[in-house]
Amino acid sequence: MLDIKNYVKVQSLEEAYELCQDRKNIIIGGMLWLKMQNRSVETAIDLCDLGLDTIVEKENEIHVGAMVTLRQLEQDHLLNDYTYGAMKESVRHIVGVQFRNLATVGGSLFGRYGFSDVLTMFMALDAYVELYHGGIIPIQEFANMRPTPDVLVRIIIKKSPLHVVYMSQRNTKTDFPVLTCAVSQINSDYTCTIGARPLKAVTFKDENHLLDSSLSDESIEALANDIAQKAVFGSNLRGSADYRRRISKVLIRRAFQQLREEKKS
Amino acid sequence: MMKKTFQQVNKPVRKKDAMNLLLGKPAYVDDITPIDCLLVKVLRSPHAHALIENINTENAKKVDGIEVIYTYKDVPQKRFTMAGQTYPEPSPYDRLILDQRVRFVGDAVAIIAGTNEKAIDQAMKLIQVKYQVLEPVLDMHVAKDNDILVHPEDNWKALCPVGADNQRNLCACDETIEGNLENVFSSCDEVIERTYHTRANQQAMMETFRTYCEIDPFGRLHVVSSTQIIFHVRRILAHALDIPKSQIHVEKPRIGGGFGAKQTVVAEVYPAFVTWMTKKPSKMIYSRTETQIAASPRHEMEVTVRIGAMKDGTIRAIDVYTLSNTGAFGEHGPTTVGLSGHKSIPLYNHHLEAFRFAYDVVYTNCQAAGAYRGYGATQGIFAVESAVNELASRLGIDAVAIRKTNMVKEGQEMSAYYHEVAKSCALNRCMERAEELFDWENKSKPRIMPDGKIRSGGVAMAMQGSGISGVDVGSATIKLNDDGFYALTIGAADMGTGCDTILAQMAAECLECDVDNVIVFGADSDASPYDSGSYASSTTYVTGKAVEKACLELKDHLCEIGAQMLDCVKSEVEFTGQGIETLVGQKSVSLSDIATKSMCGNNISTQVTVSHSSPVSPPPFMVGMVEIELDKETGQVEILDYVAVVDCGTVINTNLARVQTEGGIVQGIGMALYENVQYSDKGAIAENSFMQYKIPSRLDMGKLRVDFESSYEETGPFGAKSIGEIVINTPSPAIAHAIYNATGVWQRDLPMTPEKILMSLPEEL
Amino acid sequence: MNVKINLNGKDIEALIEPDMLLIDFLRSQGCFSVKRGCDTSNCGLCTVLADEKPILSCSVLAARMNGHCIVTLEGLQKEAQGLAEFIADQGAEQCGFCNPGMMMNAIALLKENAHPSDEEILDYLAGNLCRCSGYEGQLRGMKAYIAYLEQGKENS
Repeated sequence: MLDIKNYVKVQSLEEAYELCQDRKNIIIGGMLWLKMQNRSVETAIDLCDLGLDTIVEKENEIHVGAMVTLRQLEQDHLLNDYTYGAMKESVRHIVGVQFRNLATVGGSLFGRYGFSDVLTMFMALDAYVELYHGGIIPIQEFANMRPTPDVLVRIIIKKSPLHVVYMSQRNTKTDFPVLTCAVSQINSDYTCTIGARPLKAVTFKDENHLLDSSLSDESIEALANDIAQKAVFGSNLRGSADYRRRISKVLIRRAFQQLREEKKS
Repeated sequence: MMKKTFQQVNKPVRKKDAMNLLLGKPAYVDDITPIDCLLVKVLRSPHAHALIENINTENAKKVDGIEVIYTYKDVPQKRFTMAGQTYPEPSPYDRLILDQRVRFVGDAVAIIAGTNEKAIDQAMKLIQVKYQVLEPVLDMHVAKDNDILVHPEDNWKALCPVGADNQRNLCACDETIEGNLENVFSSCDEVIERTYHTRANQQAMMETFRTYCEIDPFGRLHVVSSTQIIFHVRRILAHALDIPKSQIHVEKPRIGGGFGAKQTVVAEVYPAFVTWMTKKPSKMIYSRTETQIAASPRHEMEVTVRIGAMKDGTIRAIDVYTLSNTGAFGEHGPTTVGLSGHKSIPLYNHHLEAFRFAYDVVYTNCQAAGAYRGYGATQGIFAVESAVNELASRLGIDAVAIRKTNMVKEGQEMSAYYHEVAKSCALNRCMERAEELFDWENKSKPRIMPDGKIRSGGVAMAMQGSGISGVDVGSATIKLNDDGFYALTIGAADMGTGCDTILAQMAAECLECDVDNVIVFGADSDASPYDSGSYASSTTYVTGKAVEKACLELKDHLCEIGAQMLDCVKSEVEFTGQGIETLVGQKSVSLSDIATKSMCGNNISTQVTVSHSSPVSPPPFMVGMVEIELDKETGQVEILDYVAVVDCGTVINTNLARVQTEGGIVQGIGMALYENVQYSDKGAIAENSFMQYKIPSRLDMGKLRVDFESSYEETGPFGAKSIGEIVINTPSPAIAHAIYNATGVWQRDLPMTPEKILMSLPEEL
Repeated sequence: MNVKINLNGKDIEALIEPDMLLIDFLRSQGCFSVKRGCDTSNCGLCTVLADEKPILSCSVLAARMNGHCIVTLEGLQKEAQGLAEFIADQGAEQCGFCNPGMMMNAIALLKENAHPSDEEILDYLAGNLCRCSGYEGQLRGMKAYIAYLEQGKENS
């Protein structure tokens, strides 16, 4: 049971930052994961009054506020046009509409959860995370950082020529993923992000330039096998490492094949 | 066959409580009982097997708001069972409210009552328990005659001769052989033997266990509980608290689902003990976690089936051995296991010459099991139906054809079903109808889709019972009131199934009135006539018959009063629905007039109570066919289409029977594909929440198509048999069959997860 | 701490604990339609509308709702009547415990999308678990209700 002594709707990022320096205090985000924990919190810090719940298009960037809900990600035209619907695909399986109306992108990313569809997706977009104190850092770097007492303000997507496809394997339609897979082509670079391994997501580049000449079935297969061999998989309730490795090849192959179709149209 | 046209039954009547439930009106335990009572929680064991060496509650008691804390030292020392069954219960008396020995992770260690949840949680942390941790026995295969005993205690006892022996970890065992078994097997062309495994699935009703208790003005314990079995609760609490049954009054309000879970007294003892001791009102609301780890799930079973058949598919012998895991306590252990054979073998009665059915039910340090829809039949039918599908495949015979050859037919004596005769059986028609609806000929075959996925079909049959023959008692009180409306009082429990409405339909049919003219009250141990309770698929069949008989008797009383009012004798009048009319001369009095008369200078009762028990338990039958789409590269199975055709005798409420079927099938799909229960090596259940124990969402179940092929059961009310349980039995074997048809591999271990399916297939490199 | 919440159209001021969950606040205010079916934000039974959006009242602090509008089924009795009739005519309410959350989310769906396809209905209501009905009857009821509304519009 979550025990909270004080609750503050902060009025500035500075206030949030100051408060979260005390380890007994915590930024609650959407509070969904926090609520399930058995812990005591001195001060619950709520960012809901800071106007961080918008998705804004800038000249070369898209800014996604930390308090944007997963439901907003799902429904936003700008993001979904930009990602060919992959953004929606990455969140639409998460529990239900009511859950997604509460869960925030900031909360989803800050926890660097292994099961996170959202982390997988934003890593595939090569996005940046803006921390109040830590500044703007690549999400890959953020994902590997130890959580620091800082305020995640927004996610920044640098607009580039992009193709992206998101896929996941789930034992039931609204369950956590057994494996997530997002492949993208940003400018001319192909990447493949694998999450829910069940370790947190990791991005692979096409280091051996297997896809440089063409997205043929053969080259895709070769890359899929390559990544499946390299990636570290683990076992949990939802699946064994062996199973994950085996389906990773399938998801990677299918995602790149779909990306190929996406490029044609 | 008797065919009747009906006015009130066999109709899609709206459930009497439907609108209030849909509009969210207060109706359940926690809505209608006081908020400012003591809250009760239980400290639970982190160990699967341990002795409490020392328990110190002093610091915990000092927390502000704590009323009382009880440990094993404070409770009565007479053992009892929490199983809601007719006395003497077949389930062994192996429980205390709190025991010095804890037997599973989640077993009760202390009861804490306080004025608010925070105080209780704080106190719980302050209770100091020193455990002598013992090695648990978690694997049911090694439980029998293990050195580790789950119930070594001297005061353990079995009231019925069920083959129980606590010194061998045996909750029950038995063997029945009929016919010249080994001779028949040895003269068969084909004998297959396979073993199947099912899990301790959770009922997962949306309302968790909950009970409110208070002391009434007479000093009696008044229990308001979400239960299927008010009268058994009264007896069990009397045993647990060691107080006279006369001191307990149990009622149930609306119930948020049961499916058998609430046929066990899971939560009641704790607040009952608190209130009896403190004389203060108290309430216990089980968390979902508690409901997952310390309740009454399905018995995990391993069923070994041996079938002997001829080349033409004639099935001549079936041998079923079931190993059942009752967990730490024996609730429903000796009885559930029986259905795994008695309700699977008789499906293949037609040419059956011999059968054996044997079982062991073992204690382990797992969560105690209980009653869950299907009650052992589900497990046995998965095994036998799968084995028949495997047999058909080996013989190169179509799975539907082999069933047509061997299925039980109307009029046959079913040797494996206590030699009962299948007096009403439309299983053959169910099969034909399903074949046609489903398009079995085409859809059973594997078809590769353009995206590489494979579509295929599978089939299974099922049966169940209708009440427990010679045991279950249903009763009904029917009364004529002012204005001529009827009040029906029952002790059966509507847990969302709609029995209040169904029984009112039957009363209305008998009394030739509209169903709105019958109000229903139940269930209340002080006010209701005795009823075993709503379980074992008994309410429609057993209590329904009691309603029918009561209404007939009431009509007789009303004729007598009417005749008096019309200055003639009873034989000169008849009941018309509106009142009483003379057979000649057409003089009449209305129901309203009779009701008025009954309250002024009257010596004839306008209320009658009738009980009913049936010497037989006529099985409903059904056929299920499923079409799946299987992804051979991920193991993912999608349910596309599920066709079910049911013979439940006369369908009393066409809507509710359909929804029962649909609901049961979806629970069965969950059981088949992903509802898993996994223990750590320390005995803790991993699937302890709805986050980890995944039940089907509405995206997981495909299209369901339900139809009925009714036989007419002469011993049932208006020809009815049961429907509540049978409907969960076909998905596991039908889906396993479809998976085989798509992949060539039999899945014999539930749930059939994508991982199990994929890893059973060679990897195409 | 003090909160002021507009509950079913009425402003309510209350003194609450900072960690009080919205569901417990609502039940303390007599909104017994709001049910708890799990501890892990999975069942959807506690669905209410917060500023017209369906949310899980078990997973949000009452404190966050300070200054916001909450609507429970108690506040939507008239709007819910029609859909309830159609679900009742299928017998799909069954035990009823999941009904209020499902009704709230279905009402939210129809506000967002008056003509949902079967797939859209299933997607939107996927977070509302039901163990009794097998969902099929709820879908039939929803579709019949939507068809009835559409017919009403055509006729007027």
